Amino acid sequence: MYKILIATRYLIRRHITYFAVLAVALCVFIVLVVMTVLTGLVSDFKLKNHLFTGDCVVGTETLVGFTYYEDLSKILEQADFIESASAVIKSYALVSPNWTEQGLGLEIMGIDPVRHSITTGFGETLYYHKNDVSKAFEPVFKPNLPGCVLGVEVGNRLGNSLAPQRGPRGGYFYSDRFDESSVSVSCVPLTARGAPAKADLGLINTLNFYYSDYSNSGLARVDGSLVYIPFDQAQWLCGMDGPLKRANAIHIKFKPDVNLQTGCKKVALLLERFKQEKADEEQAYLLDTVTVQSWKEYRRANIAAMEKEQTMMTVLFGLVGITTVFIILVVFYMIISHKSKDIGILKSIGVSNTNIITLFLGFAFSVGLIGAAIGAFGGWLFLRQINQIEQWLFEHFGFQLWDRTIYAIGDIPNQVRFTVLAVVILSAIVACLAGAFIPSRQAARLNPVETLQVSQL
Amino acid sequence: MIGTEEIYKSYRMGATKVNVLKGVNLTVEKGEFVAIIGASGSGKSTLLHILGALDRPDKGVVRFEDRDLNSFSAGELNRFRNKMVGFVFQFYHLLDELSVLENVYLPTMASKSVAGWLACRKQAKERAKELLAQLGLDERADHKPYQLSGGERQRVAVGRALMNEPELLLADEPTGNLDSVTGNGILDVLEKLNKAGQTIIMVTHNEGIAKRAGRIIKLIDGKITTGT
Repeated sequence: MYKILIATRYLIRRHITYFAVLAVALCVFIVLVVMTVLTGLVSDFKLKNHLFTGDCVVGTETLVGFTYYEDLSKILEQADFIESASAVIKSYALVSPNWTEQGLGLEIMGIDPVRHSITTGFGETLYYHKNDVSKAFEPVFKPNLPGCVLGVEVGNRLGNSLAPQRGPRGGYFYSDRFDESSVSVSCVPLTARGAPAKADLGLINTLNFYYSDYSNSGLARVDGSLVYIPFDQAQWLCGMDGPLKRANAIHIKFKPDVNLQTGCKKVALLLERFKQEKADEEQAYLLDTVTVQSWKEYRRANIAAMEKEQTMMTVLFGLVGITTVFIILVVFYMIISHKSKDIGILKSIGVSNTNIITLFLGFAFSVGLIGAAIGAFGGWLFLRQINQIEQWLFEHFGFQLWDRTIYAIGDIPNQVRFTVLAVVILSAIVACLAGAFIPSRQAARLNPVETLQVSQL
Repeated sequence: MIGTEEIYKSYRMGATKVNVLKGVNLTVEKGEFVAIIGASGSGKSTLLHILGALDRPDKGVVRFEDRDLNSFSAGELNRFRNKMVGFVFQFYHLLDELSVLENVYLPTMASKSVAGWLACRKQAKERAKELLAQLGLDERADHKPYQLSGGERQRVAVGRALMNEPELLLADEPTGNLDSVTGNGILDVLEKLNKAGQTIIMVTHNEGIAKRAGRIIKLIDGKITTGT
């Protein structure tokens, strides 16, 4: 009890401890804000990738695709752990607006919009057909025309003046007028062996599509380079509509209680069995390149960069934590050097070395706890207002943390996660204990006779 | 009650070894008021620290009620200092952050766990208040040490030393930092305590003060010359 009493009094009456508390509070504040924003961005980015992909992808990297995808889809959909499956065609195409000869090399994705919306978050990314994805490829101004869904930035890249414009806060402004222009999509159809299917004729497959909607997935690369078209038409464009139809991938959504890794392993087993069953069938060799990937593996190239950035920031702020340890160490050395007489007194009344250490560690714990609490509260308050503060800075000084016209970021993430908060507070307390340990141990080793000598006063 | 047999103690001062105690033999009986007198550097404070287990001799035995202090474990020595001995220092040595009352009951608090303290805190506070009342400081209980005079601080130190009702009170120049009137007041307190049965060993360099004790031991150059 005396340890609590003395530690509390030291905390209140030794003004130097206020600096230690302030140092801890500032560190906690900075780390909490940065980690919250960064973790929020990474989580948001992962969520967008997850929504874009679904839970799992069975597919091939080749543009040729693989056969028997319909049979495989049926088997997958019948599995008790799978909610839905959506076969897709993926390829590259020359996309040219009807008013110019200059086209862009873009990615195309052939989908069944209903299936794909059940399997992925596709439906949620649409602007006009969010509530009825079955009409995603029906242009609003003339539903019977063939439609395509453009990535929300593709319109701008194609030079379309009516394309959605990104606002200063990251949201898109859609024109009141419907865009009635069209694009031609040209692909090089490939045979099952990967050769151009119409090489002898020198022809490519081309189809015209009208803009039916825009997809805003929040993924800059996807929104700036992807054009969704109906599955059958994509299949024809890519030459995959032969007697043995082909697709590039099947996106899968697991049932809610299915673990991602477990689900992927089960899909891999189903795929292996399927490959064995089809081993003797025609063009079964195309199944050799088909693999199973979780959404994390499938989007690894995109996510890894962000995660690396997060790791780097964590390391950097770990260094801030080490600085805190040194600040606490210095402060405690100063306190203990001023309190050597007290240590002698305590020892003269029978206080043990261990209790001297725990007294000062308790003191350090209080410094850490109070500092962390102040820093966490300050961080929470700041995060609550961070978007308003950024808005104010933007309006008055033109400053933005991220230029929303460049980065696909809306509001700055400001939801403090309990795990982040707990880790930051615990780290601050541990840093304080670590910083105070050596001075505390030295205090315990002080010879009471020396500290109580008249010459030491 | 407490005694020493051939106590030796030396210190290093740079490259020089200073022999402070050179074979001290001493016996103090229960209820005695003994003054150890000697010039500055004669080793009297060192002897007092060894008697109170604040320091260990290089050689020799300290016996407290027939038990050799050298055989005590660290925990036993802590308990000895807490329960059996009360120290009064020349410069009072009170904790500035605590009130007078808290300083007095600190030894009891230090000997208890949180639960133990919560269970006995009322009695401990009552005992501390009684001691302060006996020492004429009942009005000063809530003051901080820096708000007290030197004499008052020393009386608080006496109160703290007596808090756990120790067998032995060790006073190291208890009046050394006080004027003669205030010093006499402290000596009156010690005399009164001794009359009530308290064993006291006091260290002083002043023969006049030493005469207030029942027995005087002279320490010259690390050896007891008279009054063992």
